[in-house]
Amino acid sequence: MTPATASELRDRPLGPEARMMGAYLTVALVALFGGVVTGLLQALDHAGINLYPWVSPFIKSYYHGLTVHGVLNVLVWTTFFICGFLPYLTARALERPLARRRLGWATFWLMTAGLALAAIPIMGNAATVMFTFYPPLKAHWAFYVGLTLVVAGTWLVALNLVLTYRAWRRDHPARRTPLPAFMSLVAFVMWTIASLGLAAEMLFLLIPWSLGLVAGTDALLARSLFWFTGHPIVYFWLLPAYVSWYTLAPRQAGGKLFSDPLARTSFLLFLVLSTPLGFHHQYTDPGIHRGWKLLHAFLTFAVFFPSLLTFFNVTASLESGARARGGKGWIAWFGKLPWGDPSLAAQVLAMLLFTLGGAGGLINASYNLNLVVHNSAWIPGHLHLTVGTAVTLTFMGITYWLVPTLCGRALLGRRLALAQVWLWFVGMAIFSHAMHQLGLMGAPRRTMLGAAPYVQPEWAATMRWVGVGGSILFVSSLLYFVVIGGTLLASRRPAPAPPEFAEALSGPDHSPLVLDRWRPWLVLAAVLIAIAYGPTLVRLATTTPLITPGLRVW
Amino acid sequence: MKSGTTIYLYELAWILPSIALPVGMLVALAVTAFGAGIHLPSDAGRVDPTRVTEQPPFDRLGVRHVAPGQYEVSMLAQVWAFGPGEIRVPAGSTVHFRVTSKDVVHGFWIPRANVNVMVLPGQIAHVEARFERPGEYPIICHEYCGIAHHVMSGKVIVEPRS
Repeated sequence: MTPATASELRDRPLGPEARMMGAYLTVALVALFGGVVTGLLQALDHAGINLYPWVSPFIKSYYHGLTVHGVLNVLVWTTFFICGFLPYLTARALERPLARRRLGWATFWLMTAGLALAAIPIMGNAATVMFTFYPPLKAHWAFYVGLTLVVAGTWLVALNLVLTYRAWRRDHPARRTPLPAFMSLVAFVMWTIASLGLAAEMLFLLIPWSLGLVAGTDALLARSLFWFTGHPIVYFWLLPAYVSWYTLAPRQAGGKLFSDPLARTSFLLFLVLSTPLGFHHQYTDPGIHRGWKLLHAFLTFAVFFPSLLTFFNVTASLESGARARGGKGWIAWFGKLPWGDPSLAAQVLAMLLFTLGGAGGLINASYNLNLVVHNSAWIPGHLHLTVGTAVTLTFMGITYWLVPTLCGRALLGRRLALAQVWLWFVGMAIFSHAMHQLGLMGAPRRTMLGAAPYVQPEWAATMRWVGVGGSILFVSSLLYFVVIGGTLLASRRPAPAPPEFAEALSGPDHSPLVLDRWRPWLVLAAVLIAIAYGPTLVRLATTTPLITPGLRVW
Repeated sequence: MKSGTTIYLYELAWILPSIALPVGMLVALAVTAFGAGIHLPSDAGRVDPTRVTEQPPFDRLGVRHVAPGQYEVSMLAQVWAFGPGEIRVPAGSTVHFRVTSKDVVHGFWIPRANVNVMVLPGQIAHVEARFERPGEYPIICHEYCGIAHHVMSGKVIVEPRS
């Protein structure tokens, strides 16, 4: 068998979905590359090595590079990967094409055009406002318009998924929705609700203001709308990793999903609970009464529950695989997982670091305990365990079977891929630990510490470890691109079949029918959002004068 | 192969502690907030961000001694400095800080005193802290505020009581 040609791919039933996935993945990988290069510069700055003078034709300052790093890695890499991956999985799980393939391609080009538009001011140092773009920092209008187009594109992906699901439902009125399709839908529906805050901030505040149609803006109103979206966006990145952990990883480990009903329960709880808790990012903001902050703290703890369900269910599924492979004991079975498979190894290591990230997240969420860590270096330490590892390392692991499937060629360099995965794990453990520690010692986040006058002598050793960890991560990502590039260009063996979806020990028929209904959960989500956000957002929107002028101070 | 009932029991055995754990942590949180009185910043009113220095308390920046052991500080954050940049109080003082921004978003962080509040144009950030031990307490701006964000800092100098 020879590698599949483009025409053979087209003839396969889901060929267009695969090519769409390939298109999204290409943009995502370019973004990942740009992000890791700028990330290295930041880590080295902390270690006392200032490379910015050497890259000044492209990157004008630490903060310019930091904006590029954040936008590319946290917004673009994740979002583009997901917009390709979940529709692709849904089409496979429902065994039918997307309802609107043309809309699918139009969506891809809309998102890519939006990204290109935003990239012009970002690269030109006209939007050095970080991926949180807090006004009154004022970027070029193309930054806001471009990102808004990307968000609009994600809504069209959601629409396409909903239409595909409804077409499937018409043909199968009595069947339970296949789990991968169900989870993908939940992720996109949750995101569509959550993204309304960001959309409102863009459309009513930032775009008219950046175009000069209104004179001023307001910092608190903008932050409140941003964080309406800013926490659930983390679940939008995380849930696709969970989809892989629940529906593919158990099979890759040689086992079965432990409980399908519990998996559905956990996702529906994410649908309900992901959004009404964004004030935990604004615990230290003035202008929001602390009673509302306390309510959001409660709801943040509530969303810990579906995460714990996931932890249990996924671990039990992996255990079933390890035991089928001869694993014994309470803990020792862990060693019997197929560690030689870079795709599974990446995901299991991502899960390991994510347990620490989850524990750290609880500390961040703990109301007054947040005073110790808010906006300290601890926070990027945390974010790199969650988005930077749970999501990113899982997505890398997914590409170790996905890229061969898409291009028809077997992965080239399995050992190199394994080395890549372990280096990411080790590098991130070092980097993240050092960042957490620096935060507790009193170092702020998003700061060119290499040039800060208040750096204490006792921070020096830890700052060097940031540089060590960041350098290991950079080497790991280079290996990653070598493996992916080598597979695309030099692999001559045909690709093995992609992993099948896992069967469940306790299958979908055990689940109560309410777990396959949408309306009650959507109503519940809307009610919780109205309670948690309604009074504060209405008060801010109706009483805030938009009079703060914008500034470009970079 | 496990039967459906066994799986259900395993699920239950996990679900119950999974509910108990967050509930227990919430209780701990409530005890520290309401028992020990460690609170977050709250709503302390607005100012006109275009005319800050004409409005109290920002028309008179600096430290005011309001009662025995009680001080009020009104402070203005702007790119890239706190005004005043240095505050002196005797050990054992309770200090009420009121801070706002003249331009972009800043942060007001005194790590050694657990003071942590965002400084937004248009809002009054109000926090209080007790300084028991003499020494220097760095004030750090911990929100990105432009090209020289990393130099924006100040200090509280707590002097021994004579």
